Amino acid sequence: MSAVIKVEGLSKCYFIDHRPGPAYRTLRDALANRATRVARRLARPLAGASPAADEGPSREQFWALQDVGFEVEQGERVGIVGRNGAGKSTLLKILSRITDPTKGRIHLKGRVASLLEVGTGFHPELTGRENVFLNGAILGMRRVEIARKFDEIVAFAEVERFLDTPVKRYSSGMYVRLAFAVAAHLESEILIVDEVLAVGDRQFQDKCLGRIEELSTGAGKTILLVSHNLDVIQRVCNRGLYLRQGSIAFDGPVDRALHEYVTNTTATASSRPLEQRRNRYGSQLLAASGFRIVDMHGAEQGVLQAGGDFIFVVTCRKSAAIGDLRDVNVGIELKDCRNITVWLAYSSFTRDSFSVTDDEIAVKCTVRDLNLAAGDYSVTLFLSRGEHEVLDCVHDAAMLTVAGGDYFGTGSAGLPDHCRTLTRVGWHVTSARGP
Amino acid sequence: MAEQRVLVIEAGRTERHYWADLWRYRELFYFLAWRDLLVRYRQTAIGVAWAVLRPLLTMAVFTIVFGKLAGLPSENVPYPVLVFAALLPWQLFASAASEVGGSLVGNANMIAKVYFPRLIIPAGALIVSCVDFLISLVLLAAIMAWYGFVPDWRILALPIFVLVALAAALGAGVWIAALNVRYRDVRFVVPFAVQLGLYISPVGFSSSVVPEQWRFVYGLNPMVGVIDGFRWSILGGAAQVYWPSLLLSLVLVSIVLVTGIAYFRSTEKTFADVI
Repeated sequence: MSAVIKVEGLSKCYFIDHRPGPAYRTLRDALANRATRVARRLARPLAGASPAADEGPSREQFWALQDVGFEVEQGERVGIVGRNGAGKSTLLKILSRITDPTKGRIHLKGRVASLLEVGTGFHPELTGRENVFLNGAILGMRRVEIARKFDEIVAFAEVERFLDTPVKRYSSGMYVRLAFAVAAHLESEILIVDEVLAVGDRQFQDKCLGRIEELSTGAGKTILLVSHNLDVIQRVCNRGLYLRQGSIAFDGPVDRALHEYVTNTTATASSRPLEQRRNRYGSQLLAASGFRIVDMHGAEQGVLQAGGDFIFVVTCRKSAAIGDLRDVNVGIELKDCRNITVWLAYSSFTRDSFSVTDDEIAVKCTVRDLNLAAGDYSVTLFLSRGEHEVLDCVHDAAMLTVAGGDYFGTGSAGLPDHCRTLTRVGWHVTSARGP
Repeated sequence: MAEQRVLVIEAGRTERHYWADLWRYRELFYFLAWRDLLVRYRQTAIGVAWAVLRPLLTMAVFTIVFGKLAGLPSENVPYPVLVFAALLPWQLFASAASEVGGSLVGNANMIAKVYFPRLIIPAGALIVSCVDFLISLVLLAAIMAWYGFVPDWRILALPIFVLVALAAALGAGVWIAALNVRYRDVRFVVPFAVQLGLYISPVGFSSSVVPEQWRFVYGLNPMVGVIDGFRWSILGGAAQVYWPSLLLSLVLVSIVLVTGIAYFRSTEKTFADVI
């Protein structure tokens, strides 16, 4: 056994633009900038020594990966976990040669098939049959290879009857099944998969997982898998790689890696004592001193599941200088990674204000059927007397992560990138030409 | 599974097997070209009709405006034939360059999710325009037959000029495509440049109307050489080629193509990060 994947000192740096204006760069601006720079240099010929200084404050370096190194033996099934932005996707993108590393090197032995998205290059106007060939070619299969496996692919996708229908008429389930089927029949020694299993219904997800297990155990393929669904990782992988802020925080047996990840997520959320935070405002007559999340049995939770029931516990400490406090309200606010408030609970909404007589109290907020899409959220805590007198307000009091869960009962995760909250509704169709 | 290739990915290293890789991915090139063709002629029921109508209408307008109203010389060939012989390379160039120029952004999700030599995408986009060109070529044959116009041996040189037109389109196209990824306002400039190019190229008129002392400078527009070459090979002895400007065009086309590919390759690695 020798290493089929060898990664040494891998780093990837992105530049983040902080300039105001449109999100994309325009040639007009680029030319104008260059002209200004040339003009400036002509005006002051000696000052042109450091041209980079012009770009300084508006661009910031961001290291998505920093000095990552590991080796993978043939037949290993490695699950990669970590929070959003920990560098998981960047790692896979570099391994699949989509983007270049900034530093470091990788040795890959054997053919690599990477599946970062299901159905890349599918064209809605083309038929199922045509898309199988097109998608196969995009993934790097040869025409003869696709032709040889065609029947197998179609059988796996269960779309035999619709082969000559344009895929724009397919249901989303059929579409995804066909797309996964092509990818699942790639001939390669190394398979790289990113989160694609989050699509399709439960039954098909199971089928996909089965196929991946079959490939790895039967055919001895090496697999790298990224997923927010920890169950999937646990089921498929035998080794876990936990990435934190672009570096490997843990590398070892999958159970321990998952354990590290889950407990670490909890730990970082409660590591900095809330009481010692200085970036807060309010009179501090009553101050938030702790925040944790437990399930209905009181067990502390690191990662929450959509659709689950939880209790958010805010502990508060009363200033010794004051007697009893009346008409106190507590607010819990969740912001997504774009810093947009997506969820807000405030006790005054339901006229649940309370009195504080003890030095330290624990306010419990029961959340049933959590309607948040998978992702990381930052918690803001807010304490007020009445509705207007601010006692305490702490931004980023804690982080919480939602992953997995089955809010809709269909296996759908919603569209976490598009909408952060999940809503269950009823659908009915009646004739519009009513009496 | 017999061959176990070892692939090394290293920071800042240019792909050593780039051209070999391009060859290995040739099937993807066929498939992309085939997809574009299928989509183009399936989506629009009048796809083929459009490919026929557009050059015909342009020819009619140019014949009336330049031939009849402006009364420009026709080099002893029917004015419609004179115009059409130039419309062929111009439309090939214009449609291919814009098609190639928009191809990367049009396939953005493929670039962000799969690896392959990126040059495949612009190359595949070139093919659709070639099919339109073939349709126009048939049309030209029909028009020439209508006027009883028979080409001589010079027609054998036509493929060379087609290649030059394609090289010019690919060169300009990959420049636009690569710039388009980085600077999204490029796509607003391209249609305007194409529009303008139609009038500063000798499409509606023969380049012999350009005063002699300006002929060489006129060749700075690379399409002048290509269009003159087309007229020369299709219309036989009727149209004269001004060789110095043709040579200048050839040199310019080569420069645009080589620098275009070089720029494309130097920015290729960052496409996935910025697209």
